[in-house]
Amino acid sequence: MLSSVLTSGFFWRAILAGSFLAVACGLLGVFLVLRQDSMISHGLSHLAFAGIVLGLVLNFLPLIVSLIICVVGSIFILKLKKQARLPGDAALAILASGGMALAIFLVSLRINFGVELMGYLFGDILAISPVEVGLSIILALMVTILILANYHQLLYMTFDRETALVAGVKVNSLDKILVILTAITVVLGLRIVGLLLVSALTVVPAAAALQLARSFRQTLVLSSLFSLFSIIAGIVISYVLDWPASASIVFLSIAIFLATVAGKNLAPSFKK
Amino acid sequence: MASKIIETQDELDKKKEVIKVESVYFSYDGPLILEDINLSLHRADFLAIIGPNGSGKTTLLKIMVGLLKPQAGQVFLFGQRIEDFEDWYKVAYIQQNATHFESKFPVTVEEVITSSLYASRKIKGSPAGWRKARVEQVLDLVDLAGYQKRLMTTLSGGQQQRVLIARALATEPEVMLLDEPTTGVDHQTQENFYDLLGKLNHDYGLSIAVVTHDYGLVNKHINQVACLNRKLIYHGRHEEFCQSAAFKELLADGHHLVIHQH
Repeated sequence: MLSSVLTSGFFWRAILAGSFLAVACGLLGVFLVLRQDSMISHGLSHLAFAGIVLGLVLNFLPLIVSLIICVVGSIFILKLKKQARLPGDAALAILASGGMALAIFLVSLRINFGVELMGYLFGDILAISPVEVGLSIILALMVTILILANYHQLLYMTFDRETALVAGVKVNSLDKILVILTAITVVLGLRIVGLLLVSALTVVPAAAALQLARSFRQTLVLSSLFSLFSIIAGIVISYVLDWPASASIVFLSIAIFLATVAGKNLAPSFKK
Repeated sequence: MASKIIETQDELDKKKEVIKVESVYFSYDGPLILEDINLSLHRADFLAIIGPNGSGKTTLLKIMVGLLKPQAGQVFLFGQRIEDFEDWYKVAYIQQNATHFESKFPVTVEEVITSSLYASRKIKGSPAGWRKARVEQVLDLVDLAGYQKRLMTTLSGGQQQRVLIARALATEPEVMLLDEPTTGVDHQTQENFYDLLGKLNHDYGLSIAVVTHDYGLVNKHINQVACLNRKLIYHGRHEEFCQSAAFKELLADGHHLVIHQH
């Protein structure tokens, strides 16, 4: 069994794409959770799904179509939040339901989606193609590099937005960068864990890291490690036990989260 | 010749002028919040902006740092129109309820201060050793030496405020604007806080503008007062303010004041 795992191209492609995505999710998630934007990935995932369906209907690279729609949608969320004076999650609810309505409408145009569509709903990392692996690595690297390059400014504005604005931090540009990076990550995550679980990838490892971390840097490192472990171990479990990868990954990350909460409660002095 | 000398004197005065607010009007889609405000802050001034609740104090401070745009009027920072001003590292701003950050935010004192050193391009790229030394230096200034690795969430309200002052000082600002910085801390902590501001103003020549309800606590350190109630009721020297009609109005409004004459 083990030897068949190690020689399987599917398996290694999944591990490779998953690992890069894991780090991007781990880093991005910390900022989303602390900015109270956790639901943004949930809203965007519905829009990303509409993009996938559109790609399938047009018979043109679903991942790319989804990426374009999701990035445009993410900018729209920001605009809606700022101009319509809506609290963040109301804008997201509008977008999520709009995205899903569009997806349902597009699905009705073509009936024979079959397994393909299910793969995007529930995730199908073991079916990821070499092109998608390449794309995932490039985009995940881009997310990671942009976050690390703007690390201090992102920390400043996440901690104290107004003061950062006065101090000359390009808060509005960084808002855009963060939301676009989230859109990219969501589209990549869609392939791996599917629409229904993609927001777990960005939120759960970060939430676990927040329980233990004793500095901001540590939060980012822990969140990335938790995310990396969940994705790699989740893929291995799914391959060996024939479980769905998406469920294994999210189970593991939630198990880590619960363990950190329990650990913190058992040792209340740990954080001091 | 005489006019030449006067011009030069004017120029000198302008240079000393850190912030100038000129005929500013402001409203949030409704009645005027601020009406015809003219105010200036000179180098090494310590200005208290006081007035009843809803008098526009916070709005005025936000206009002075560019967070809000007035409908009419102009703001100048260091002689430059605020729209053209770029040297934001010279301006430190501490907003109202600045210590009310997310209670689970896992950030150390050192990380909070260091992040400010990357805010402006003018200070970016300095060596790591320099940044470490700067953090140490500003923590010394606010009596929090050795607190670098402490989590912000484990500090008391008063200590958090001092960290925020340290962060503000890290970029070596020339002016600091604070909005009700001592809300929610005990009397002794408030007094220590204003003593610290007094020291920064007196020993380092830092210009300060503070929006406050604690006039009785701050008045031993200040030299200028702006009393606001939509319009500027009084703007001038602290000593003269105590004799003014605006001051008597303030007393009648129930402000309990202990006045320290210089």
